[in-house]
Amino acid sequence: MFESLFNFDTDPFEQFRRLESEVGQLHGHSPWPAGIRAVQRGTFPPINVGATPERIDVYLFAAGLDSKSLDVSIQQNLLTISGSRRIDAEEKAEYYRRERFDGDFRRVITLPEDVDPERVDAKYRDGVLQITVQRREAARPRQITVS
Amino acid sequence: MTLKQDMGMPETTATVKGTRGSEAALIPAVDIFEDSHQITVQAEMPGVSKDKLNVQAERNGLLIEGEMQIDLPAGTTALYADLHTTRYRRSFVLSGELETERIEASLKDGLLTVRIPKRVEYRTRRIKVSTA
Repeated sequence: MFESLFNFDTDPFEQFRRLESEVGQLHGHSPWPAGIRAVQRGTFPPINVGATPERIDVYLFAAGLDSKSLDVSIQQNLLTISGSRRIDAEEKAEYYRRERFDGDFRRVITLPEDVDPERVDAKYRDGVLQITVQRREAARPRQITVS
Repeated sequence: MTLKQDMGMPETTATVKGTRGSEAALIPAVDIFEDSHQITVQAEMPGVSKDKLNVQAERNGLLIEGEMQIDLPAGTTALYADLHTTRYRRSFVLSGELETERIEASLKDGLLTVRIPKRVEYRTRRIKVSTA
């Protein structure tokens, strides 16, 4: 069930685009135009966005956050998540690796236009911030019965 | 340096072929530090709960594995994805002065902390230098 959020295997063209863009990134450019707010691969924190006809779910993967430091705001269909994570260095220890992100972060995501900015929920669990935005009724596909 | 070899790549969100079969896995970002008594590994594994976490210590190796579990409504399709898999894996080579039988691990908000104590005879002792 999780697979649907983590890959685009259902669409062979998407797979091809991904391969193309991954190859492009190896050479420092992408053959496809990037979103104006798109960020470099590997930017903290990584995000996945899933959609159903009823709602949009945004998942932000960031371990050990203080939820008080998080600022989530939505303007029409533009979702902004910012926050900070400070990692206090152990003073008497000698470091071999420091890969964990330390500092302020901000990510901006353009959601589909039919989202309802009045109905947004956010929760933080196991290091994942999940933001659920409901979509407007009118935009949902409706089954029309033929009599 | 005690954790001599790191079998993963330093990139946090890169997917690579796992050691087992062709399973792709995320490589958790880690901080590793040593004090006079122990070595501490802190690994980021957001989405992993205690029951989906596997920390294995052997005589000369430490393996960290986890499976992400998130609330996903039925019928979800991906609009955008930085992460392409739900598995985490990373391993390290340990050396003999570490007490692998006494490793402690704790998990909070997706952050795994593993503490590996050093054998008593290897703990650092400060040697006082006196001047004549």
